[in-house]
Amino acid sequence: MNATDIVLDVSNLQTQLHTAHGMAVPVDRLSFTIGKGQTLALLGESGCGKSMTALSLMRLLPDVGELSAGSIRLAGQDLLSLTEAEMRRIRGRGMAMIFQEPSTSLNPVMTVMQQLAEVLFMHRGLSGRAARVEAQSLLASVGIPDAARRLDEYPFQFSGGMKQRVMVAMALAGQPDLLIADEPTTALDVTIQAQVLQVLRDLQAQRGMAMLLITHDLGVVSEMAHQVGVMYAGELVELASRETFFSAPAHPYSQKLFAALPQQGVQSLATIPGRVPPLTQDFEGCRFADRCEKVMAHCQSEVPKWSKLSAANGEQRWIRCHLYRETDEGVKTAARVEQVKPIGSDDSISKAAFAKPATIEHDTSPLLVVQNLKVHFPIRRGILQRTVGTVRAVDGVSLSLQAGRTLALVGESGCGKTTVGKAILQLQPAKGDVLLNGVKLDSLDKNTLRLHRAGMQMVFQDPFSSLNPRLRVQEAIAEGMQSLDIVSTNELRQQRVCELLEQVGLSPEMALRYPHEFSGGQRQRIAIARALAVNPKLIICDEPTSALDVSVQAQILNLLQTLQAERNLGYLFITHNLAVVQHIAHDVAVMYLGRIVEQGPVSQVLSKPRHPYTRALLEAVPKLEQAAPTGTRSALQGDLPSPANPPQGCHFHPRCPIAQARCRREYPPLTILENEQQARSQQVRCFFPLS
Amino acid sequence: MIAYIVRRLLYAIPILLGVNLITFALFFLVNSPDDMARMQLGVKRVTPEAIQQWKAERGYDKPLVWNEAASGFHKMSETIFFDKSLRMFALDFGRSDDGRDIGLEIRSRMVPSLAIAVPTFFLSLFVTVSFALLLVFFRATVLDTAGVVLCVAAMSISGLFYIIGGQYVVSKVWNLVPISGYASGLDATRFLILPVIISMLAGLGSSARWYRAIFLEEINRDYVRTARAKGLSELRVLFRHVLKNALIPILTGVVVVIPTLFMGSLLIESFFGIPGLGSYTIDAIGSQDFAVVRAMVFIGSVLYILGLLLTDISYTLVDPRVRLQ
Repeated sequence: MNATDIVLDVSNLQTQLHTAHGMAVPVDRLSFTIGKGQTLALLGESGCGKSMTALSLMRLLPDVGELSAGSIRLAGQDLLSLTEAEMRRIRGRGMAMIFQEPSTSLNPVMTVMQQLAEVLFMHRGLSGRAARVEAQSLLASVGIPDAARRLDEYPFQFSGGMKQRVMVAMALAGQPDLLIADEPTTALDVTIQAQVLQVLRDLQAQRGMAMLLITHDLGVVSEMAHQVGVMYAGELVELASRETFFSAPAHPYSQKLFAALPQQGVQSLATIPGRVPPLTQDFEGCRFADRCEKVMAHCQSEVPKWSKLSAANGEQRWIRCHLYRETDEGVKTAARVEQVKPIGSDDSISKAAFAKPATIEHDTSPLLVVQNLKVHFPIRRGILQRTVGTVRAVDGVSLSLQAGRTLALVGESGCGKTTVGKAILQLQPAKGDVLLNGVKLDSLDKNTLRLHRAGMQMVFQDPFSSLNPRLRVQEAIAEGMQSLDIVSTNELRQQRVCELLEQVGLSPEMALRYPHEFSGGQRQRIAIARALAVNPKLIICDEPTSALDVSVQAQILNLLQTLQAERNLGYLFITHNLAVVQHIAHDVAVMYLGRIVEQGPVSQVLSKPRHPYTRALLEAVPKLEQAAPTGTRSALQGDLPSPANPPQGCHFHPRCPIAQARCRREYPPLTILENEQQARSQQVRCFFPLS
Repeated sequence: MIAYIVRRLLYAIPILLGVNLITFALFFLVNSPDDMARMQLGVKRVTPEAIQQWKAERGYDKPLVWNEAASGFHKMSETIFFDKSLRMFALDFGRSDDGRDIGLEIRSRMVPSLAIAVPTFFLSLFVTVSFALLLVFFRATVLDTAGVVLCVAAMSISGLFYIIGGQYVVSKVWNLVPISGYASGLDATRFLILPVIISMLAGLGSSARWYRAIFLEEINRDYVRTARAKGLSELRVLFRHVLKNALIPILTGVVVVIPTLFMGSLLIESFFGIPGLGSYTIDAIGSQDFAVVRAMVFIGSVLYILGLLLTDISYTLVDPRVRLQ
């Protein structure tokens, strides 16, 4: 890289936080550069210091934080020598930042125009008419339709994806040289993620802006990055070009991140035991040593150096690991790298022979049958609160699930997935039939229904808020057994709690602790133990891994599969993550605006989608590919329409690439596509199923 | 919006009826007209005839809720409940025990009450919000800690201390303003300055601490980080971003008291000899004049309900998320 092209040059950057538990060092001697038009992706689990790095660059650390060493140069200017007032001229103009959660990152009581105008006035001296014209063109450039009108709207009037576009427009308003994007698409649906990433790529190409992308998602890295830096416990452990990194990640931690990704055809995913160590300590050896499979004697006692080595393809990479210490590093790299299976094996979907537990077909009656399930919420208006319309959250869903099998329910947020789960559990009044083991649940009276609750349990998305913080683990797990009178005596219950904790991979001594003493993965294990306590046959998993890191997600998915094999459990797995579906599910139902548009075995639906929506979902998933990003892709346009006011005809037609006149008039009936080779049929609601 | 206000006003009707019934029960069932007469007449003069006469003079000799002796509609209207309770809905409060028209009295005493309450309200709001913002600007420094300690100390001291201490120092020792009294017109100013400042100071501690907590909660939100990342100065972040959002909970807490400003302040008016509604109520309680107390309780409830309604309306005005949905 030419020295004049370097936009950001960080060297030996160190950040300290003076916390109640002592001094932590979330950013420890970081060095990297980003060139004009280039993207550096910082990758790593939560708690590795990625976001702190971004805040350090902006000099926006929390009050307890301090930049203790190193230098940051932006376009040649030393940022650490600037006064706070001078630094304010840099923020928003030299470098701008966008954040993870667009719904909280915009000021809720100021219009989009007011928020854009601040930047335009402050950094470019634009006001009045000129500012409005510029703001309008900024909104248009990030792909917001009808920009002139939407300028005067408030953030809550925008959808999640649109809000993140507003954030991008605001960041670009000062024409920055560097854009820092901190998990910019993590809170968004995969279809919306594809749109936002596309916007970022286009704008970078137009403006030649440098970008620092912080993410935990390897797929996003693969789509966006030119350079990849892997962070672990405050340090960079690997830094390489995108091609070098994706063809052969070198550091054992990087390799583990790849191996933990859910894949089809893999019985059990690789996991990283343990968790990121607290950063308040002085490390004596390699920080990853305790979790590393390839740990050697001196890893614990000797700090590995940040060293440069040549990769197999002749490019250079930086790494911090004792494995690569010896001479003849190139050879050694290649040897190590072979252990990792090649990424992005394109035909993985079509592989028919993959092992999933308990695929034996019992020709018995299904565990769960849902027929024509409807959940409608009335919209009330006026003085007398008359019903003026209905939100059709769930509008005629039929499902069937057998014991020992997993049915995945996928779709964008707002499509009604979670409501289906709640309605099946009878936690939400609904029309239609729900049969568990042949018993019609909706016709039962309160007391009988209570007894049947033992047959079905739920595991929720966020283990941080779904466990009562005031109940000990033991109490949380035993509560269900007690109230449903599954285990009658206190002693037997305690014994059973210990057994359950062991089954989910926790030690029985943990029974007396409170939820806050556990990590996210451990809490989700507790939540699973709680669900298992009453011996359910059906577990509804509502996005059980989407709040977790990839390595922890792998642990939970493995655990769920083991438990399914042991106990012949039926899972209704609600998720938006198609990779997880491919890994764990036998059947899949794709939901769009309260209705199921395609349903069938996973191997068929995901390899040969017949509904354009399913295909669009699959295409929106970022691919791990060795080749460089291919520029434009056909991402699904627009947002999910409101279920209060669904489009006429096929709900999907406004976003559908193959929609025709008929699609605008009538809703397509269920088409059953027979397939000779498959025992189970694929069903689709489309007039023109893809071939 | 109009539908919303109409609906809220309709909700207020059963609440007011309830308030009316409860005040009636408190004043006429717990404490019967005979008890009132005995208390007013004093032990020495109590004779059955004197009680009867006292009651007849004030209209307490009718049956409580149902008059068997009357006919038709008068079975209901010729009762204490109708005369003394239901008539209050028409703002007819009758006469006090010493024979004066309560309605007239209230109208004339409202002016001095408002002359104290309105300046106090705005001055307090301005000073406490500024003080809280100042503490937040210097958050996590010695100044902030000192300010919070000051607040806690200030709110721990009784309101009486501020009044008596203030009167002693400012009026007696320094001789700057009169200790108490009232005059009409612009002349009133010199009588009002001290009570207004003292009321403000007495409430400063608790409000400033509460506002500071609201500001601190807002300042840790994501949108504030966004505002700083734009390169805005800390003052601009505080005034344009934080203040605008924090005003929503502050306003809703403050608007509710606006209607009750008419009621005046019991303590301040009594101590400073202001002839307002607060001292009127205190005097009525002192002389056991239940007709006046009953009227003031009822007006207080009506104003409070009005305050809650205003709160909800102001909420929709300041928060676009409520207004536009």
